[in-house]
Amino acid sequence: MVASYQRKRAWGLPLLAALVLGLALLSASFGTNESLRAPQVLRVLGQELGLIRGPVNPDHETIVLLLRLPRVALGLLAGAALAMAGAALQGLFRNPLADPALIGVSSGAAVGAVAMIVLGGAAVSEAPAGWAAFALPVAALAGGLIITVIIYQLAKVEGRTHLTLMLLTGLALNALAGAGIGLMIFRSTDEQLRELIFWSLGSLRLRALWPEIGVAALLALPGMLILPWLARPLNALLLGEAEAFHLGVPVQQVKRLLIFLSALMVGATVAVCGTIGFVGLMAPHLARLLFGPDHRVLLPASALIGAALLLAADIAARLGGTGGEELPIGVVTALAGAPIFLALLLRARRTGGF
Amino acid sequence: MLIAREVGFHRGPRQVLGGVGVTLTPGRLTVLLGPNGAGKSTLLKLLAGELTPDAGGIELDGRRLGRWTPGDLARRRAVLPQESRLAFAFPVREVVMMGRMPHARGSESPRDEEICTLALARTGAGDLADRLYPALSGGEQQRVQLARILAQVWEAQEGADRILLLDEPTANLDLAHQHSTLSLAREWARASAAVLAVLHDLNLALTYADDAWILAHGQLVASGPIQEVLTPELIERVFHLRAEFIPVRGRERPVIVTRPL
Repeated sequence: MVASYQRKRAWGLPLLAALVLGLALLSASFGTNESLRAPQVLRVLGQELGLIRGPVNPDHETIVLLLRLPRVALGLLAGAALAMAGAALQGLFRNPLADPALIGVSSGAAVGAVAMIVLGGAAVSEAPAGWAAFALPVAALAGGLIITVIIYQLAKVEGRTHLTLMLLTGLALNALAGAGIGLMIFRSTDEQLRELIFWSLGSLRLRALWPEIGVAALLALPGMLILPWLARPLNALLLGEAEAFHLGVPVQQVKRLLIFLSALMVGATVAVCGTIGFVGLMAPHLARLLFGPDHRVLLPASALIGAALLLAADIAARLGGTGGEELPIGVVTALAGAPIFLALLLRARRTGGF
Repeated sequence: MLIAREVGFHRGPRQVLGGVGVTLTPGRLTVLLGPNGAGKSTLLKLLAGELTPDAGGIELDGRRLGRWTPGDLARRRAVLPQESRLAFAFPVREVVMMGRMPHARGSESPRDEEICTLALARTGAGDLADRLYPALSGGEQQRVQLARILAQVWEAQEGADRILLLDEPTANLDLAHQHSTLSLAREWARASAAVLAVLHDLNLALTYADDAWILAHGQLVASGPIQEVLTPELIERVFHLRAEFIPVRGRERPVIVTRPL
């Protein structure tokens, strides 16, 4: 079994990485208005990296570098970050159904963003031009972190984080956040409503611009780099918090770090892409089915699968749209995710374990 | 040496333990006895460093438990939980390998692999190595967990006694495995580990233990060599049972027969 695990590890991760690269190239080729062929995309990239010389169609250059690549980068970043955060939280909560939404990041970020769209117009219009673009992401991130901190504080009993209490507190605050969003939707103008809907369904298009992506990457990268170092403590946490402590894990610090890093990762993606459901839940499940529950493999595998899922969903969103409009990516992930997830649950019911 | 001095612990307004002073001696198997709710598991958690006493203090080698890093503690003290549920499908071998975590830097060494194999064999769970943990029966899981904690303290650290804390190690086991588990615990004590086991079966306790601590209502009622401590009077006072000690030919220690008062 150990041997077969290692075999699976050996072929699996590079294969997944290749899949992600392929999807990235495909995503850079497809467009609602003009589709390029893969060699044309590669040509632009090669030219840009100084690998090849020769004439490049300037239109192609513009499309690839300013429209398609940012989107690909955002898909990679958001998919990997959501999936890794999901894997970490499922491990922390010892619950295969845990999802970034549970610790309140998603709804907190949604409240922040909606408030900025509906109420923040005046404040933003007076700010210097460059700052306006960041107002929404910053509001979303702040909202996400604030709700996470509140839930975390409320769920502390005698200095320890009580995970069940945290889940229930999250449930209550999620409902409250939903009410707040509903109220603001009620007050919004038609134009604001349209932006709200797009944002709440998630999209890689809205803010696929290099500066925004840079900020999101800055916020998500610490988590993506540090989480793999917490793989063994996460494995130990699956046995239980007491057992993890017995095995030498400084449980409180690790828990705090996991929650904070996940909140930052999810907050950063929600801030730029809106709320994209199901990736954080599904990618770790697929990774577990393929590679087993060991976080040392699960975390990188989840990241790759999450990135692949989001790139694929983004391509589908562009192909499935009509009249130059795209489907919101959240609709695609839910549409594909829910049936896959149901199938997983049925399979788990049949085999008697997750 | 693990020493608890006048330890007290409250859960909310309720005092769970008060004024408990005990010393866990290396080389001896100590059993912790007492009725339900007497505070046995709490005392075990305090000794493990998992809970902090709100009165008194617990010291390992003269240093308060709270001043040890979790990692330093884990390299010499292992704890067997009452039961361990694991919702994710780890193979048994990987569960036992988690016991090597406090020792490993990066990935596991061949020596770690070897220790896991030995520990599994030692608890009679060698043939379970490739099975998935969640698919095992309760008793099998318990033996795998025992293998995990043996693997954790398989080798003694330089000049430091190992400590095994076992919370109801026989709870889910069939009779044969109850005996083999306790004789394993005694063997580890003979190899100079300090072993504490929470037990309910007075006969198992009397058969295998060197020392006994008796708890009732959060107080230490008696402690010392089990043959001196465990008497019909004490059993009547603590467990509210009438006890008869019946000598068995060819056995050093008697059998205890109990009935309601």
